[in-house]
Amino acid sequence: MNTSKNPEANITPGSIILGKWSQNQYTILRELGSGATGTVYLARGNGTKVALKVSSDSLSITSEVNVLKYLSKVQGKKLGPSFIEMDDWVHTGRSIPFYVMEYVQGDTLFSFMKQRKDEWFGIILIQLLGDLHDLHNAGWVFGDLKPDNLLISGPPPKIRWLDVGGTTMVGRAIKEYTEFFDRGFWGLGSRRAEPSYDLFAVAMIIINFAYPSRFEKKEGGWEQLKRYIDKERWLRKYSRFLDKAINGQYQSALEMKQDLLSYYSKKTSPTIHKRTKSISYHKKPNPQMRYQKKKVQKRRGYLETILIVLIMFAFYVIYLIGHM
Amino acid sequence: MRKGTLRQILLITDGCSNHGEDPVAIAALAKEKGITVNVIGILSRNEAYGEHGLKEVEDIAMSGGGISQIVYANQLAQTVKMVTQKAMTQTIHGMINKELTHILGEGQQMEDLPPEKRGQVMEVVDEFGEMVDLEVLILVDISASMDDKLPTVQESLIDLSISLNSRTGNNLFAIYAFPGKRQPIDRLIDWDPQLDSLVKTFKKISTGGITPTGPALREALELFSEKRSKQELLGGDDEYIEESGS
Ligand SMILES: Nc1ncnc2c1ncn2[C@@H]1O[C@H](COP(=O)(O)OP(=O)(O)O)[C@@H](O)[C@H]1O
Repeated sequence: MNTSKNPEANITPGSIILGKWSQNQYTILRELGSGATGTVYLARGNGTKVALKVSSDSLSITSEVNVLKYLSKVQGKKLGPSFIEMDDWVHTGRSIPFYVMEYVQGDTLFSFMKQRKDEWFGIILIQLLGDLHDLHNAGWVFGDLKPDNLLISGPPPKIRWLDVGGTTMVGRAIKEYTEFFDRGFWGLGSRRAEPSYDLFAVAMIIINFAYPSRFEKKEGGWEQLKRYIDKERWLRKYSRFLDKAINGQYQSALEMKQDLLSYYSKKTSPTIHKRTKSISYHKKPNPQMRYQKKKVQKRRGYLETILIVLIMFAFYVIYLIGHM
Repeated sequence: MRKGTLRQILLITDGCSNHGEDPVAIAALAKEKGITVNVIGILSRNEAYGEHGLKEVEDIAMSGGGISQIVYANQLAQTVKMVTQKAMTQTIHGMINKELTHILGEGQQMEDLPPEKRGQVMEVVDEFGEMVDLEVLILVDISASMDDKLPTVQESLIDLSISLNSRTGNNLFAIYAFPGKRQPIDRLIDWDPQLDSLVKTFKKISTGGITPTGPALREALELFSEKRSKQELLGGDDEYIEESGS
Protein backbone atom coordinates (compact mmCIF):
# COMPACT_ATOMS: atom_id res chain seq x y z
CA MET A 1 0.00 0.00 0.00
CA ASN A 2 1.14 3.47 -0.82
CA THR A 3 1.58 5.28 2.46
CA SER A 4 3.28 8.41 1.19
CA LYS A 5 0.82 11.17 1.88
CA ASN A 6 1.41 13.57 -0.94
CA PRO A 7 2.21 11.88 -4.23
CA GLU A 8 0.32 14.65 -5.99
CA ALA A 9 2.46 17.36 -4.38
CA ASN A 10 4.24 18.36 -7.58
CA ILE A 11 1.16 20.04 -9.01
CA THR A 12 2.11 23.71 -9.28
CA PRO A 13 0.19 26.78 -10.46
CA GLY A 14 0.02 26.66 -14.23
CA SER A 15 -0.04 22.86 -14.40
CA ILE A 16 -2.59 21.49 -16.80
CA ILE A 17 -4.73 18.56 -15.71
CA LEU A 18 -6.18 16.65 -18.62
CA GLY A 19 -9.03 14.22 -18.04
CA LYS A 20 -8.39 10.86 -19.67
CA TRP A 21 -12.06 10.04 -20.22
CA SER A 22 -13.65 13.39 -20.97
CA GLN A 23 -10.57 15.10 -22.46
CA ASN A 24 -11.56 18.18 -20.46
CA GLN A 25 -8.71 20.38 -19.42
CA TYR A 26 -8.12 22.33 -16.21
CA THR A 27 -5.43 24.87 -15.39
CA ILE A 28 -4.30 24.91 -11.77
CA LEU A 29 -4.40 28.39 -10.23
CA ARG A 30 -3.41 27.66 -6.64
CA GLU A 31 -3.79 25.24 -3.77
CA LEU A 32 -6.85 25.71 -1.56
CA GLY A 33 -5.99 23.23 1.11
CA SER A 34 -5.17 19.66 1.81
CA GLY A 35 -6.43 17.08 4.22
CA ALA A 36 -6.35 13.42 5.05
CA THR A 37 -7.57 12.22 1.69
CA GLY A 38 -6.02 14.59 -0.80
CA THR A 39 -5.38 18.12 -1.98
CA VAL A 40 -7.90 20.62 -3.28
CA TYR A 41 -6.86 23.19 -5.91
CA LEU A 42 -8.48 26.23 -7.39
CA ALA A 43 -8.50 25.67 -11.14
CA ARG A 44 -9.90 27.14 -14.30
CA GLY A 45 -11.78 25.02 -16.77
CA ASN A 46 -14.03 26.19 -19.58
CA GLY A 47 -13.56 29.74 -18.46
CA THR A 48 -14.91 29.24 -14.96
CA LYS A 49 -13.25 28.79 -11.62
CA VAL A 50 -13.70 25.36 -10.09
CA ALA A 51 -12.33 23.40 -7.15
CA LEU A 52 -10.42 20.30 -8.15
CA LYS A 53 -9.56 17.54 -5.71
CA VAL A 54 -6.68 15.20 -6.44
CA SER A 55 -5.96 12.12 -4.41
CA SER A 56 -3.99 8.94 -4.74
CA ASP A 57 -6.63 7.13 -2.71
CA SER A 58 -9.03 6.17 -5.46
CA LEU A 59 -11.36 4.42 -3.02
CA SER A 60 -12.14 7.34 -0.76
CA ILE A 61 -12.26 9.80 -3.64
CA THR A 62 -14.81 7.60 -5.43
CA SER A 63 -16.80 7.35 -2.25
CA GLU A 64 -16.86 11.14 -1.92
CA VAL A 65 -18.00 11.52 -5.51
CA ASN A 66 -20.88 9.15 -4.82
CA VAL A 67 -21.98 11.37 -1.95
CA LEU A 68 -21.68 14.58 -3.99
CA LYS A 69 -23.74 13.01 -6.76
CA TYR A 70 -26.47 11.98 -4.34
CA LEU A 71 -26.54 15.42 -2.78
CA SER A 72 -26.91 17.14 -6.13
CA LYS A 73 -30.01 15.04 -6.72
CA VAL A 74 -31.70 16.64 -3.72
CA GLN A 75 -34.06 18.97 -5.51
CA GLY A 76 -33.88 22.68 -5.13
CA LYS A 77 -31.27 22.65 -2.38
CA LYS A 78 -27.58 23.25 -2.47
CA LEU A 79 -26.26 20.76 0.02
CA GLY A 80 -22.51 20.75 -0.39
CA PRO A 81 -20.55 22.00 -3.39
CA SER A 82 -22.19 20.92 -6.64
CA PHE A 83 -20.47 18.11 -8.44
CA ILE A 84 -19.07 18.67 -11.91
CA GLU A 85 -17.17 15.57 -12.98
CA MET A 86 -14.72 12.86 -12.07
CA ASP A 87 -11.85 11.73 -14.24
CA ASP A 88 -8.31 10.37 -14.28
CA TRP A 89 -5.20 12.31 -15.08
CA VAL A 90 -2.39 10.32 -16.64
CA HIS A 91 0.81 11.77 -15.32
CA THR A 92 4.31 10.28 -15.39
CA GLY A 93 2.86 6.93 -16.35
CA ARG A 94 0.39 6.83 -13.47
CA SER A 95 -3.32 7.33 -13.53
CA ILE A 96 -4.30 9.82 -10.83
CA PRO A 97 -8.01 10.15 -10.01
CA PHE A 98 -9.46 13.60 -9.48
CA TYR A 99 -12.85 15.25 -9.32
CA VAL A 100 -14.14 18.71 -10.09
CA MET A 101 -16.73 20.59 -8.08
CA GLU A 102 -18.12 24.06 -7.60
CA TYR A 103 -15.64 26.50 -6.09
CA VAL A 104 -17.19 27.84 -2.91
CA GLN A 105 -15.84 31.26 -2.09
CA GLY A 106 -16.14 32.65 1.37
CA ASP A 107 -14.83 33.19 4.85
CA THR A 108 -14.48 30.53 7.47
CA LEU A 109 -17.13 30.76 10.15
CA PHE A 110 -14.83 32.20 12.79
CA SER A 111 -13.19 34.82 10.62
CA PHE A 112 -16.62 35.87 9.36
CA MET A 113 -17.71 36.36 12.97
CA LYS A 114 -14.70 38.54 13.71
CA GLN A 115 -16.22 41.30 11.64
CA ARG A 116 -19.79 40.77 12.74
CA LYS A 117 -22.04 41.23 15.69
CA ASP A 118 -22.99 38.32 17.84
CA GLU A 119 -26.48 38.01 16.33
CA TRP A 120 -24.95 36.71 13.15
CA PHE A 121 -23.76 33.66 14.97
CA GLY A 122 -27.34 32.78 15.75
CA ILE A 123 -28.42 33.38 12.18
CA ILE A 124 -25.67 31.19 10.81
CA LEU A 125 -26.55 28.43 13.27
CA ILE A 126 -30.18 28.60 12.23
CA GLN A 127 -29.16 28.36 8.56
CA LEU A 128 -26.90 25.43 9.34
CA LEU A 129 -29.65 23.58 11.18
CA GLY A 130 -32.05 24.17 8.29
CA ASP A 131 -29.56 22.69 5.83
CA LEU A 132 -28.86 19.78 8.14
CA HIS A 133 -32.55 19.06 8.38
CA ASP A 134 -32.75 18.84 4.57
CA LEU A 135 -29.68 16.64 4.48
CA HIS A 136 -31.10 14.30 7.12
CA ASN A 137 -34.39 14.12 5.28
CA ALA A 138 -32.49 13.07 2.18
CA GLY A 139 -31.07 10.15 4.18
CA TRP A 140 -27.60 11.44 4.99
CA VAL A 141 -25.66 12.59 8.03
CA PHE A 142 -22.85 15.09 7.52
CA GLY A 143 -20.42 13.41 9.92
CA ASP A 144 -17.30 15.56 9.97
CA LEU A 145 -19.00 18.79 10.98
CA LYS A 146 -16.53 21.41 12.24
CA PRO A 147 -15.67 25.08 11.68
CA ASP A 148 -12.95 24.25 9.10
CA ASN A 149 -15.58 22.64 6.92
CA LEU A 150 -17.97 25.59 7.03
CA LEU A 151 -17.67 28.61 4.78
CA ILE A 152 -19.82 31.71 4.74
CA SER A 153 -20.42 32.74 1.16
CA GLY A 154 -22.35 35.68 -0.08
CA PRO A 155 -23.51 38.38 0.13
CA PRO A 156 -26.04 37.81 1.45
CA PRO A 157 -24.18 35.66 3.98
CA LYS A 158 -25.08 32.05 3.56
CA ILE A 159 -23.47 29.05 5.20
CA ARG A 160 -22.02 26.41 2.89
CA TRP A 161 -20.24 23.23 3.82
CA LEU A 162 -17.23 21.56 2.27
CA ASP A 163 -15.62 18.18 2.55
CA VAL A 164 -18.23 15.47 2.33
CA GLY A 165 -15.59 12.88 3.27
CA GLY A 166 -17.51 12.12 6.46
CA THR A 167 -20.98 12.21 4.95
CA THR A 168 -22.61 8.89 5.66
CA MET A 169 -25.91 7.21 4.84
CA VAL A 170 -28.25 7.25 7.85
CA GLY A 171 -27.83 4.09 9.91
CA ARG A 172 -24.25 3.30 8.90
CA ALA A 173 -21.03 3.96 10.78
CA ILE A 174 -19.73 7.54 10.41
CA LYS A 175 -16.94 7.49 7.83
CA GLU A 176 -14.76 10.35 9.03
CA TYR A 177 -14.85 12.72 11.98
CA THR A 178 -12.74 15.01 14.11
CA GLU A 179 -12.34 14.07 17.75
CA PHE A 180 -13.38 17.32 19.40
CA PHE A 181 -16.70 17.27 17.51
CA ASP A 182 -17.32 13.54 17.85
CA ARG A 183 -19.70 12.29 20.52
CA GLY A 184 -17.96 8.90 20.60
CA PHE A 185 -14.72 10.59 21.62
CA TRP A 186 -16.43 12.29 24.58
CA GLY A 187 -18.09 9.03 25.61
CA LEU A 188 -21.53 10.46 24.80
CA GLY A 189 -22.81 8.10 22.18
CA SER A 190 -22.13 5.85 19.24
CA ARG A 191 -20.74 6.67 15.83
CA ARG A 192 -23.85 5.50 14.07
CA ALA A 193 -25.05 8.04 11.52
CA GLU A 194 -28.23 9.60 12.90
CA PRO A 195 -29.38 13.24 13.04
CA SER A 196 -28.38 13.55 16.69
CA TYR A 197 -24.77 12.81 15.70
CA ASP A 198 -24.63 16.05 13.69
CA LEU A 199 -26.48 18.02 16.36
CA PHE A 200 -23.84 17.05 18.89
CA ALA A 201 -21.23 18.48 16.53
CA VAL A 202 -23.25 21.69 16.19
CA ALA A 203 -23.14 22.04 19.97
CA MET A 204 -19.39 21.53 19.92
CA ILE A 205 -19.02 24.21 17.24
CA ILE A 206 -20.74 26.64 19.61
CA ILE A 207 -18.41 25.58 22.40
CA ASN A 208 -15.40 25.87 20.08
CA PHE A 209 -16.43 29.45 19.36
CA ALA A 210 -16.02 30.30 23.02
CA TYR A 211 -12.85 28.22 23.31
CA PRO A 212 -10.99 28.95 20.05
CA SER A 213 -8.08 26.71 20.94
CA ARG A 214 -10.49 23.98 22.10
CA PHE A 215 -9.54 21.92 25.16
CA GLU A 216 -8.26 18.50 26.07
CA LYS A 217 -10.44 15.64 27.11
CA LYS A 218 -10.10 14.97 30.81
CA GLU A 219 -12.71 12.69 32.32
CA GLY A 220 -14.92 13.29 29.28
CA GLY A 221 -18.68 12.93 29.39
CA TRP A 222 -21.34 15.55 30.07
CA GLU A 223 -19.67 16.41 33.39
CA GLN A 224 -16.61 17.87 31.74
CA LEU A 225 -18.44 19.66 28.94
CA LYS A 226 -20.90 21.16 31.41
CA ARG A 227 -18.03 22.50 33.46
CA TYR A 228 -16.56 24.24 30.42
CA ILE A 229 -19.93 25.64 29.43
CA ASP A 230 -20.49 27.08 32.89
CA LYS A 231 -17.04 28.59 33.00
CA GLU A 232 -17.54 30.80 29.95
CA ARG A 233 -20.09 33.54 30.40
CA TRP A 234 -20.90 33.88 26.73
CA LEU A 235 -21.76 30.19 26.52
CA ARG A 236 -24.16 30.12 29.42
CA LYS A 237 -26.99 31.62 27.42
CA TYR A 238 -26.75 28.63 25.11
CA SER A 239 -26.56 26.10 27.90
CA ARG A 240 -30.15 24.91 27.49
CA PHE A 241 -29.61 24.15 23.79
CA LEU A 242 -26.20 22.69 24.40
CA ASP A 243 -27.54 20.37 27.08
CA LYS A 244 -30.22 19.05 24.75
CA ALA A 245 -27.98 18.72 21.70
CA ILE A 246 -25.14 17.08 23.58
CA ASN A 247 -27.36 14.65 25.37
CA GLY A 248 -29.26 13.63 22.25
CA GLN A 249 -32.58 15.15 23.27
CA TYR A 250 -33.38 16.78 19.98
CA GLN A 251 -35.21 14.43 17.64
CA SER A 252 -34.33 16.47 14.58
CA ALA A 253 -32.35 19.45 13.38
CA LEU A 254 -35.66 21.21 12.81
CA GLU A 255 -36.51 20.93 16.49
CA MET A 256 -33.22 22.51 17.50
CA LYS A 257 -33.62 25.16 14.84
CA GLN A 258 -37.06 26.12 16.09
CA ASP A 259 -35.79 26.22 19.64
CA LEU A 260 -33.05 28.67 18.65
CA LEU A 261 -35.38 30.63 16.45
CA SER A 262 -37.85 31.30 19.22
CA TYR A 263 -35.03 32.21 21.58
CA TYR A 264 -33.66 34.79 19.15
CA SER A 265 -37.06 36.11 18.22
CA LYS A 266 -37.86 36.87 21.82
CA LYS A 267 -34.69 38.83 22.23
CA THR A 268 -35.87 41.90 20.39
CA SER A 269 -35.12 44.25 23.28
CA PRO A 270 -31.77 46.04 23.49
CA THR A 271 -30.57 43.33 25.88
CA ILE A 272 -29.00 41.88 22.75
CA HIS A 273 -26.06 44.13 23.36
CA LYS A 274 -25.73 43.53 27.04
CA ARG A 275 -22.97 41.13 26.26
CA THR A 276 -19.71 42.73 27.19
CA LYS A 277 -16.59 42.65 25.12
CA SER A 278 -14.88 40.36 27.57
CA ILE A 279 -15.29 37.32 25.41
CA SER A 280 -12.12 35.44 24.94
CA TYR A 281 -12.50 34.80 21.23
CA HIS A 282 -11.69 38.37 20.44
CA LYS A 283 -8.35 38.11 22.13
CA LYS A 284 -7.23 34.60 21.42
CA PRO A 285 -6.96 34.14 17.71
CA ASN A 286 -7.78 30.66 16.55
CA PRO A 287 -4.62 29.00 15.27
CA GLN A 288 -6.77 26.79 13.04
CA MET A 289 -8.08 29.69 11.07
CA ARG A 290 -6.93 29.79 7.51
CA TYR A 291 -7.92 33.12 6.14
CA GLN A 292 -7.43 35.63 8.87
CA LYS A 293 -8.53 39.08 7.94
CA LYS A 294 -6.58 41.93 9.37
CA LYS A 295 -9.53 44.22 9.01
CA VAL A 296 -10.06 46.48 11.96
CA GLN A 297 -13.55 46.50 13.22
CA LYS A 298 -15.10 49.86 12.73
CA ARG A 299 -16.99 51.28 15.63
CA ARG A 300 -20.19 52.98 14.73
CA GLY A 301 -22.70 54.64 16.93
CA TYR A 302 -24.34 52.34 19.38
CA LEU A 303 -27.88 53.20 18.38
CA GLU A 304 -27.24 52.97 14.70
CA THR A 305 -25.87 49.47 15.05
CA ILE A 306 -28.81 48.28 17.05
CA LEU A 307 -31.18 49.63 14.50
CA ILE A 308 -29.45 48.04 11.57
CA VAL A 309 -29.11 44.72 13.28
CA LEU A 310 -32.70 44.67 14.41
CA ILE A 311 -34.05 45.53 11.01
CA MET A 312 -31.86 42.96 9.33
CA PHE A 313 -32.83 40.38 11.83
CA ALA A 314 -36.52 41.05 11.48
CA PHE A 315 -36.18 40.61 7.72
CA TYR A 316 -34.28 37.46 8.20
CA VAL A 317 -36.86 35.94 10.51
CA ILE A 318 -39.58 36.79 8.03
CA TYR A 319 -37.48 35.21 5.31
CA LEU A 320 -36.95 32.06 7.35
CA ILE A 321 -40.59 31.71 8.25
CA GLY A 322 -41.45 32.12 4.60
CA HIS A 323 -39.19 29.17 3.78
CA MET A 324 -40.24 26.78 6.51
CA MET B 1 -21.86 -11.39 -2.91
CA ARG B 2 -22.17 -13.39 0.28
CA LYS B 3 -21.80 -11.80 3.64
CA GLY B 4 -18.70 -13.21 5.24
CA THR B 5 -16.22 -12.58 7.99
CA LEU B 6 -13.04 -10.58 7.69
CA ARG B 7 -10.22 -11.63 9.94
CA GLN B 8 -7.42 -9.38 11.09
CA ILE B 9 -4.54 -9.39 13.50
CA LEU B 10 -3.58 -5.97 14.82
CA LEU B 11 -0.09 -5.94 16.25
CA ILE B 12 0.84 -3.02 18.48
CA THR B 13 4.52 -2.81 19.32
CA ASP B 14 7.31 -0.33 19.93
CA GLY B 15 10.30 -2.25 18.82
CA CYS B 16 12.02 -5.03 17.05
CA SER B 17 11.53 -8.68 17.69
CA ASN B 18 14.58 -10.29 19.19
CA HIS B 19 13.48 -13.79 19.93
CA GLY B 20 12.25 -16.83 18.01
CA GLU B 21 11.06 -17.18 14.44
CA ASP B 22 10.91 -14.38 11.90
CA PRO B 23 7.65 -12.45 12.28
CA VAL B 24 7.74 -11.46 8.61
CA ALA B 25 7.55 -15.12 7.64
CA ILE B 26 4.70 -15.81 10.04
CA ALA B 27 2.82 -12.83 8.64
CA ALA B 28 3.15 -14.31 5.15
CA LEU B 29 1.69 -17.51 6.52
CA ALA B 30 -1.22 -15.57 8.00
CA LYS B 31 -1.93 -13.97 4.65
CA GLU B 32 -2.07 -17.39 3.05
CA LYS B 33 -4.67 -18.37 5.63
CA GLY B 34 -6.80 -15.36 4.79
CA ILE B 35 -5.85 -13.36 7.86
CA THR B 36 -4.62 -9.82 7.34
CA VAL B 37 -1.82 -8.62 9.60
CA ASN B 38 -1.76 -4.90 10.42
CA VAL B 39 0.98 -3.35 12.50
CA ILE B 40 1.21 -0.14 14.48
CA GLY B 41 4.65 0.92 15.66
CA ILE B 42 4.70 3.33 18.59
CA LEU B 43 7.44 5.90 18.96
CA SER B 44 8.53 7.35 22.26
CA ARG B 45 8.10 11.06 22.75
CA ASN B 46 11.73 11.93 22.03
CA GLU B 47 12.14 9.53 19.14
CA ALA B 48 12.18 10.77 15.55
CA TYR B 49 10.55 8.95 12.65
CA GLY B 50 12.98 6.65 10.98
CA GLU B 51 15.42 6.81 13.85
CA HIS B 52 13.99 3.69 15.33
CA GLY B 53 14.39 0.21 13.98
CA LEU B 54 10.76 0.13 12.99
CA LYS B 55 11.37 -1.07 9.46
CA GLU B 56 10.25 -4.46 10.69
CA VAL B 57 6.82 -2.94 11.32
CA GLU B 58 6.45 -2.23 7.60
CA ASP B 59 7.85 -5.56 6.56
CA ILE B 60 5.46 -7.53 8.74
CA ALA B 61 2.41 -5.64 7.44
CA MET B 62 3.53 -5.87 3.86
CA SER B 63 4.00 -9.59 4.00
CA GLY B 64 0.78 -9.96 6.00
CA GLY B 65 -1.23 -8.13 3.32
CA GLY B 66 -2.08 -5.38 5.76
CA ILE B 67 -1.31 -1.80 6.62
CA SER B 68 1.34 -0.35 8.85
CA GLN B 69 1.67 2.99 10.51
CA ILE B 70 4.27 4.45 12.82
CA VAL B 71 2.96 6.99 15.33
CA TYR B 72 3.54 8.76 18.59
CA ALA B 73 1.43 7.48 21.45
CA ASN B 74 -0.85 10.53 21.44
CA GLN B 75 -2.04 9.80 17.90
CA LEU B 76 -2.74 6.21 18.68
CA ALA B 77 -6.55 6.28 18.92
CA GLN B 78 -7.03 7.69 15.43
CA THR B 79 -4.39 5.42 14.00
CA VAL B 80 -5.76 2.20 15.45
CA LYS B 81 -9.10 2.95 13.87
CA MET B 82 -7.73 4.21 10.58
CA VAL B 83 -5.51 1.17 10.15
CA THR B 84 -8.26 -1.31 11.00
CA GLN B 85 -10.83 0.33 8.76
CA LYS B 86 -8.47 0.95 5.87
CA ALA B 87 -7.35 -2.64 5.99
CA MET B 88 -10.97 -3.75 5.89
CA THR B 89 -11.73 -1.61 2.86
CA GLN B 90 -8.54 -2.75 1.21
CA THR B 91 -9.38 -6.40 1.73
CA ILE B 92 -12.88 -5.92 0.39
CA HIS B 93 -11.51 -3.94 -2.52
CA GLY B 94 -9.05 -6.75 -3.24
CA MET B 95 -11.88 -9.27 -3.24
CA ILE B 96 -14.02 -7.16 -5.50
CA ASN B 97 -11.14 -6.62 -7.90
CA LYS B 98 -10.82 -10.37 -8.07
CA GLU B 99 -14.48 -10.70 -8.94
CA LEU B 100 -14.05 -7.98 -11.55
CA THR B 101 -11.24 -9.93 -13.12
CA HIS B 102 -13.64 -12.84 -13.44
CA ILE B 103 -16.22 -10.65 -15.12
CA LEU B 104 -14.08 -8.30 -17.17
CA GLY B 105 -11.06 -10.41 -17.91
CA GLU B 106 -7.46 -10.57 -16.86
CA GLY B 107 -5.83 -7.41 -15.56
CA GLN B 108 -9.08 -5.47 -15.19
CA GLN B 109 -9.28 -3.54 -11.93
CA MET B 110 -11.71 -1.08 -10.52
CA GLU B 111 -9.30 1.71 -11.45
CA ASP B 112 -9.60 0.74 -15.12
CA LEU B 113 -13.34 1.31 -15.19
CA PRO B 114 -14.81 4.62 -16.34
CA PRO B 115 -15.65 6.90 -13.40
CA GLU B 116 -19.42 6.19 -13.36
CA LYS B 117 -18.96 2.43 -13.20
CA ARG B 118 -16.31 2.89 -10.55
CA GLY B 119 -18.85 4.72 -8.41
CA GLN B 120 -21.21 1.78 -8.59
CA VAL B 121 -18.49 -0.65 -7.59
CA MET B 122 -17.54 1.63 -4.71
CA GLU B 123 -21.08 1.53 -3.42
CA VAL B 124 -20.75 -2.21 -3.13
CA VAL B 125 -17.41 -1.83 -1.33
CA ASP B 126 -18.92 0.65 1.12
CA GLU B 127 -21.95 -1.47 1.75
CA PHE B 128 -19.87 -4.56 2.26
CA GLY B 129 -17.68 -2.71 4.78
CA GLU B 130 -20.79 -1.78 6.70
CA MET B 131 -22.36 -5.24 6.73
CA VAL B 132 -19.45 -7.67 6.93
CA ASP B 133 -18.63 -9.41 10.19
CA LEU B 134 -15.22 -8.71 11.59
CA GLU B 135 -12.87 -10.60 13.87
CA VAL B 136 -9.92 -8.66 15.20
CA LEU B 137 -7.26 -10.24 17.32
CA ILE B 138 -5.24 -7.52 18.97
CA LEU B 139 -1.73 -8.45 19.94
CA VAL B 140 -0.12 -5.98 22.32
CA ASP B 141 3.58 -5.84 23.05
CA ILE B 142 3.94 -5.45 26.83
CA SER B 143 7.71 -5.50 27.05
CA ALA B 144 9.27 -3.05 29.50
CA SER B 145 9.54 -0.07 27.15
CA MET B 146 5.79 -0.18 26.45
CA ASP B 147 4.91 0.41 30.07
CA ASP B 148 3.99 4.10 29.88
CA LYS B 149 2.14 3.64 26.57
CA LEU B 150 -0.30 1.03 27.75
CA PRO B 151 -2.97 3.38 29.13
CA THR B 152 -3.12 5.03 25.70
CA VAL B 153 -3.28 1.65 23.99
CA GLN B 154 -6.19 0.77 26.22
CA GLU B 155 -8.07 3.97 25.41
CA SER B 156 -7.48 3.50 21.69
CA LEU B 157 -8.91 0.02 21.78
CA ILE B 158 -12.07 1.14 23.55
CA ASP B 159 -12.39 3.84 20.93
CA LEU B 160 -11.95 1.27 18.17
CA SER B 161 -14.77 -0.73 19.63
CA ILE B 162 -17.07 2.32 19.61
CA SER B 163 -16.36 2.83 15.92
CA LEU B 164 -16.69 -0.75 14.81
CA ASN B 165 -19.78 -1.35 16.91
CA SER B 166 -21.49 1.54 15.14
CA ARG B 167 -21.48 -0.65 12.03
CA THR B 168 -24.30 -2.98 11.09
CA GLY B 169 -22.04 -6.05 10.89
CA ASN B 170 -21.02 -8.00 13.97
CA ASN B 171 -17.63 -7.77 15.61
CA LEU B 172 -15.56 -10.01 17.78
CA PHE B 173 -12.44 -8.80 19.51
CA ALA B 174 -9.80 -10.72 21.37
CA ILE B 175 -6.82 -9.20 23.11
CA TYR B 176 -3.60 -11.00 23.80
CA ALA B 177 -0.39 -9.69 25.26
CA PHE B 178 3.17 -10.81 24.62
CA PRO B 179 5.56 -11.92 25.96
CA GLY B 180 3.38 -14.05 28.21
CA LYS B 181 4.32 -15.28 31.65
CA ARG B 182 4.90 -18.87 30.64
CA GLN B 183 3.72 -19.18 27.03
CA PRO B 184 4.42 -16.82 24.10
CA ILE B 185 1.18 -14.90 24.58
CA ASP B 186 -1.25 -14.38 27.45
CA ARG B 187 -4.95 -13.97 27.00
CA LEU B 188 -6.43 -10.73 28.29
CA ILE B 189 -9.84 -10.92 26.65
CA ASP B 190 -11.30 -13.81 24.71
CA TRP B 191 -13.59 -13.27 21.72
CA ASP B 192 -16.05 -10.65 22.84
CA PRO B 193 -18.21 -8.15 20.95
CA GLN B 194 -17.32 -5.32 23.35
CA LEU B 195 -14.03 -4.04 24.62
CA ASP B 196 -15.46 -2.31 27.69
CA SER B 197 -14.28 -5.15 29.87
CA LEU B 198 -10.78 -4.03 28.99
CA VAL B 199 -10.53 -1.49 31.76
CA LYS B 200 -8.64 -3.57 34.26
CA THR B 201 -6.82 -5.96 32.01
CA PHE B 202 -3.63 -4.07 31.39
CA LYS B 203 -2.89 -3.54 35.06
CA LYS B 204 -1.19 -6.81 35.77
CA ILE B 205 1.59 -6.81 33.29
CA SER B 206 4.85 -8.63 33.26
CA THR B 207 7.72 -6.72 31.83
CA GLY B 208 10.67 -8.62 30.51
CA GLY B 209 13.49 -7.90 28.11
CA ILE B 210 12.53 -10.12 25.22
CA THR B 211 10.20 -9.35 22.34
CA PRO B 212 9.17 -12.64 20.71
CA THR B 213 7.01 -11.12 17.96
CA GLY B 214 7.29 -14.14 15.64
CA PRO B 215 6.18 -16.76 18.15
CA ALA B 216 3.40 -14.44 19.33
CA LEU B 217 2.05 -14.10 15.80
CA ARG B 218 2.15 -17.85 15.34
CA GLU B 219 0.10 -18.37 18.50
CA ALA B 220 -2.36 -15.76 17.31
CA LEU B 221 -2.86 -17.69 14.08
CA GLU B 222 -3.56 -20.81 16.09
CA LEU B 223 -6.28 -18.98 17.97
CA PHE B 224 -8.13 -18.25 14.74
CA SER B 225 -7.93 -21.88 13.68
CA GLU B 226 -9.13 -23.10 17.07
CA LYS B 227 -12.01 -20.74 16.99
CA ARG B 228 -12.91 -21.84 13.54
CA SER B 229 -12.86 -25.55 14.25
CA LYS B 230 -14.92 -24.99 17.38
CA GLN B 231 -17.49 -23.22 15.28
CA GLU B 232 -17.50 -26.00 12.76
CA LEU B 233 -18.06 -28.51 15.56
CA LEU B 234 -21.00 -26.50 16.74
CA GLY B 235 -22.32 -26.53 13.20
CA GLY B 236 -21.89 -22.79 12.78
CA ASP B 237 -22.65 -21.74 9.25
CA ASP B 238 -20.28 -18.84 9.41
CA GLU B 239 -18.54 -18.61 6.08
CA TYR B 240 -15.02 -17.31 6.00
CA ILE B 241 -13.54 -15.21 3.32
CA GLU B 242 -10.26 -16.62 2.20
CA GLU B 243 -9.15 -13.96 -0.19
CA SER B 244 -7.05 -11.14 1.03
CA GLY B 245 -6.29 -7.70 -0.27
CA SER B 246 -3.49 -6.73 -2.55
N1 LIG C 1 -15.42 23.25 -3.14
C1 LIG C 1 -14.48 23.95 -2.49
N2 LIG C 1 -14.39 25.29 -2.63
C2 LIG C 1 -13.45 26.00 -1.97
N3 LIG C 1 -12.52 25.46 -1.15
C3 LIG C 1 -12.54 24.13 -0.95
C4 LIG C 1 -13.51 23.31 -1.62
N4 LIG C 1 -13.29 22.04 -1.24
C5 LIG C 1 -12.24 22.06 -0.39
N5 LIG C 1 -11.77 23.31 -0.21
C6 LIG C 1 -10.62 23.70 0.64
O1 LIG C 1 -9.68 22.66 0.70
C7 LIG C 1 -9.47 22.21 2.02
C8 LIG C 1 -9.23 20.71 2.06
O2 LIG C 1 -10.28 20.01 1.44
P1 LIG C 1 -10.99 18.79 2.12
O3 LIG C 1 -12.06 18.33 1.20
O4 LIG C 1 -11.33 19.17 3.51
O5 LIG C 1 -9.84 17.70 2.12
P2 LIG C 1 -9.80 16.41 3.06
O6 LIG C 1 -11.12 15.72 2.88
O7 LIG C 1 -8.66 15.65 2.48
O8 LIG C 1 -9.59 16.91 4.44
C9 LIG C 1 -10.71 22.64 2.76
O9 LIG C 1 -10.50 22.84 4.11
C10 LIG C 1 -11.04 23.94 2.05
O10 LIG C 1 -10.29 25.00 2.59
